[in-house]
Amino acid sequence: MSDLETALNAIAPQLGGTSITGLRRLSGGASQETWAFSLDTGQALILRRKPQGAVSTTGTANPLATEAAVIKAAAKLGAAVPEVLHVSEPGSDIGEAYVMVAVEGETLGKRIAQGEAFAAVRPQLARQCGEALAKIHAVPLEGLPDLARSSALDELDKYETVYRTLGAKRPILEAAFRHLRDRAPTLDRPVLLHGDFRNGNIMFHPEAGVAAILDWELVHIGDPAEDMGWICTASWRFGGAKPVGGFGDYQDMLDGYEAAGGTPISLDRVLYWQMLGSLKWGVMCEGMYASYANGSDTSVERPMIGRRTSECEIDLMALLEAAR
Amino acid sequence: MITHPTSSELIEAVIRFIEERAAPQLKDRDAFLARVAVNALNTVRREIEHGPRAEAEAVARLTAILGHPGDFATLNAELCEGIESGAIDAFDPAVMAHMKASIIDQVRIDQPNYAGLRTLAG
Repeated sequence: MSDLETALNAIAPQLGGTSITGLRRLSGGASQETWAFSLDTGQALILRRKPQGAVSTTGTANPLATEAAVIKAAAKLGAAVPEVLHVSEPGSDIGEAYVMVAVEGETLGKRIAQGEAFAAVRPQLARQCGEALAKIHAVPLEGLPDLARSSALDELDKYETVYRTLGAKRPILEAAFRHLRDRAPTLDRPVLLHGDFRNGNIMFHPEAGVAAILDWELVHIGDPAEDMGWICTASWRFGGAKPVGGFGDYQDMLDGYEAAGGTPISLDRVLYWQMLGSLKWGVMCEGMYASYANGSDTSVERPMIGRRTSECEIDLMALLEAAR
Repeated sequence: MITHPTSSELIEAVIRFIEERAAPQLKDRDAFLARVAVNALNTVRREIEHGPRAEAEAVARLTAILGHPGDFATLNAELCEGIESGAIDAFDPAVMAHMKASIIDQVRIDQPNYAGLRTLAG
């Protein structure tokens, strides 16, 4: 029996069983380990755990206990989130981790944006995403753990610093930084943001639609349109033709947001954050190339991700043309 | 001067070796990386075929915008610094046309199937 299996068996009673079975590592998740296992009762569970000795590459990831606390707070408002059963502290036998109930559904962006299985439910997904965001954004900030607060200008500062440090010379990125700085909205209504709300981080069910919002690692406080702009960022459309995650229309998302009690948000503000999303991802792709160039990651994948900066630039170019 | 086989033909041969001989023996992450390697070689092949023309055209556009000749790296850096400082208006039609033509050429080399290429280039 592995150490992790022993440690999970020890907490089985707190999870509602007497022992655990079928522990296996799931693929995906570079910064977090994901494990699947079951209780002897048959209940399927998921363990999300920080890798041993992991150092955050972005520096913005929250501790898993923070993530778990925010998920619990969002659950109280009826947001579709996995039920958190147990939080385990750094240095414990399990390590920094939490255990949640497994949710059935699909997270592969391409299947959701284009797959036949989602054809029937697809027209409803953008509205449901709007509803989900309204609930997340309504979570009271009092009582939450300490979270970073970031305005549009703060985000631009952060990514421009990274871009300048990398030393790349990219005129479209320069133009986008300048354009977005000149139009940066003030943070007049700060709310709880998921921070990585995009196709790929949402579990969708082929009949019910939104089943669970996952990957709360980048949760922070900011402009409500930031979460909307990110799911509309062209890099997360997986070949789908529509703007929201490749599967839906702007207006359906905005309508769903308002219908679920969200304060109305203008399409212009969403488009602003969508452009910032492409800029941010373009800089991050450059950064992944940098980790190859400085020798810290020698796999062929890294420099090829660096070549994807041009995808973000062509999306930015289309947005700049439309803004002219 | 070497006239044949061309660099493109050599790359084609390596792609065929990876796809037909090497990749079938790999699994999991290595099988994935073999596909990435093939994509990288295809990018290099497109760059060999289209890069020199794209760069020459970019240099001609930059020379017209900046009003003096130079190599691509120098002119491109000058454009970037001009946009950053505000000395050059990125929305000037000639600058917009240059950025648009350059990024269309770049994505045709990097990711010719990317949806955003069809959006911008038609």
